[in-house]
Amino acid sequence: MTRMFAKSPVIAAVLFCAIIWRGEDALAQREGPADQGVRVGITYAPGTLPGLLFLGSGRGVFLDSVRAILRRDLDYSDRFEMITIPGNEFLEIAGLVEGGSAPLSEDEAGSVANYALYAALRVDFALDVSKSPDSGAAVTLFDVRGAAVRRRLTVENGDVESLEFRANVHRLSDAVVLAATGTPGIATSRLLFVRRGRLYRVDSDGAGVTGIAASGNVYSPTWHPEGKDFAYASFPGDSRVRIGSLDGESGDAHLIIAGVDGTQDFAPAFSPNGVTIVFARAGAEGTDIFSYNLADSCCLQRLTVGRFSDNLSPTFSPDGRQIAFVSTRPGSPQIYVMGSDGTGAELFAPFDFGVTGNSYAPEWSPDGLNIAFHREIGGSPQVFVMDVSSRTVKQLSSAGRNEDPTWGPDGRHLAYVSSRTGSSQIWVIDLETGRIRQVTRMGRVRLPSWSSRLD
Amino acid sequence: MRGTLPVTLGATIVLLVAAACGGGPAPIPQPDPDSLAAAEQMRRDSTVVVQAERDSVQRVQAEARERVQREQQAQRDSVVRIQQETAAVAEALSARIHFDFDRSVIKPEWEAVLDMKIAILQANPMLTISIVGHCDERGSDEYNIALGNRRALGAKQYMVNRGIEAQRISTSSMGESQPAMMGSGEEAWSQNRRDEFVIASGGDGLVQPGS
Repeated sequence: MTRMFAKSPVIAAVLFCAIIWRGEDALAQREGPADQGVRVGITYAPGTLPGLLFLGSGRGVFLDSVRAILRRDLDYSDRFEMITIPGNEFLEIAGLVEGGSAPLSEDEAGSVANYALYAALRVDFALDVSKSPDSGAAVTLFDVRGAAVRRRLTVENGDVESLEFRANVHRLSDAVVLAATGTPGIATSRLLFVRRGRLYRVDSDGAGVTGIAASGNVYSPTWHPEGKDFAYASFPGDSRVRIGSLDGESGDAHLIIAGVDGTQDFAPAFSPNGVTIVFARAGAEGTDIFSYNLADSCCLQRLTVGRFSDNLSPTFSPDGRQIAFVSTRPGSPQIYVMGSDGTGAELFAPFDFGVTGNSYAPEWSPDGLNIAFHREIGGSPQVFVMDVSSRTVKQLSSAGRNEDPTWGPDGRHLAYVSSRTGSSQIWVIDLETGRIRQVTRMGRVRLPSWSSRLD
Repeated sequence: MRGTLPVTLGATIVLLVAAACGGGPAPIPQPDPDSLAAAEQMRRDSTVVVQAERDSVQRVQAEARERVQREQQAQRDSVVRIQQETAAVAEALSARIHFDFDRSVIKPEWEAVLDMKIAILQANPMLTISIVGHCDERGSDEYNIALGNRRALGAKQYMVNRGIEAQRISTSSMGESQPAMMGSGEEAWSQNRRDEFVIASGGDGLVQPGS
């Protein structure tokens, strides 16, 4: 502390203000047992997020871009309370990198951190982003309660406008979340969506919206489990399922399953191991779910035999053993489940005949614990989540039209299309905190699909 | 009257010539007045004939022109009639039917519309059609493909049950992707929940049922 104050009276003044500003909160919290004594490890009481403060030295387009993306990623992870200093994006800290030479060792870095001050600011993790002497930025995560450096990371220099640079910083963010909380973040994940028949991708933070070449009018895009390939239906067009890839030439998306005259294929979904693709086929006998073996390019199999009902919108459980889907067997579209071989179909999400609204678009959560779907309530669709083990249903949205939910790779974030601001946009809700944020700002957005974590 | 005057003049000339012959020099040979008159007559007659011929050719040409025009007009009338009939049949064929929300059953008030299409298909054996089901914006995008498919199948089944060969009717769904009327509300929705009927082949020279 003395070292920092001695170096810069300005910083001392800022810190003083910061302490005053945070002080009221700190006082208010002091009576709670969670803040008493020493907190060990990464545990925190439910509803109490660990505080995170940005430190740093030096500015410039590159460093500021890294900080901005990193800050937003960590904020959007909903795993930290972002602690801010009024009028400053980060707390200036000098000495982590000495005169452009090699960065300080962990011990030396730890010695310049002012743990007592951070603790007074109710900071659990402090994150320094400074210029790396080689190239790029050096990132140091301090564990304030443990008074130690938790992790040191670097990010390469790059064109701050490029998708690659953004991806690098997202990877850094996920590593920071992993180091701080024990669970990797979701910043590297991205979403596919459709707008006016065109396919787009967007980073999970809402930046990097990019059109993807695809054949015809795109419908129902869905990610391959590895998050590079994707499948979609071209609709109405020839109404067939195609697979494209973000690696290489995505424009020559190939047709995977030969069509049958008089049928339309749509709503594809990959099995968790990527071997099987399931989809809905509408034809002379109604709409039923089929599966196809991608590894051997064979074995088209009909999984449902609807006769007088339609079956569509399949989604695999993460163990690959079950498929949830929409069926009109009960007289209106509702959420059903069956074995992945098509046996043992039964009603999944409970409903009362004539009371419960139509239910659509199920997606199984990556942890297998929940199913998200949307259901008509009072004339507009709303997003619901069902706990799979208890089959209890919870309504998540109420303002405007909210539909087509898709899970984030951490199983706690859910993206969906909402018209709450008047135009259809992708929004994300964190099921733990209930916080929502807007992802897209271009309107008429529909049919999102959220990828897995990407390396 | 006009014809007798030259004959009288000719006779007078003959008499004068005969009187001059007595005791005078040898008479100057004169053309035969009859042949003169005849030549004159022929000249006059040929002019009349030519004129008559000319008149006759013109008349024939005019008649031919008229006939051709009449025939062309008749042809045009018949083409127009065929086109009008085809258009009327095609219009009857393309009449939409509508559905209740989330339903694909054919409501009784639309049966007459389908019965007319059945009669048209029966009167035009080469005609094949495509039925395209549409939905309003409610329901998920994916579900509406299935629902639109059901709506197309419903109309097809109605027509097949009444004697139309199944292979003359193909079906498909547009889901909610092509609304007939933009907007959110029952007015637009009710217009958008529909089957459209499109001629697939054999749509030239359609005839009305019973004609």
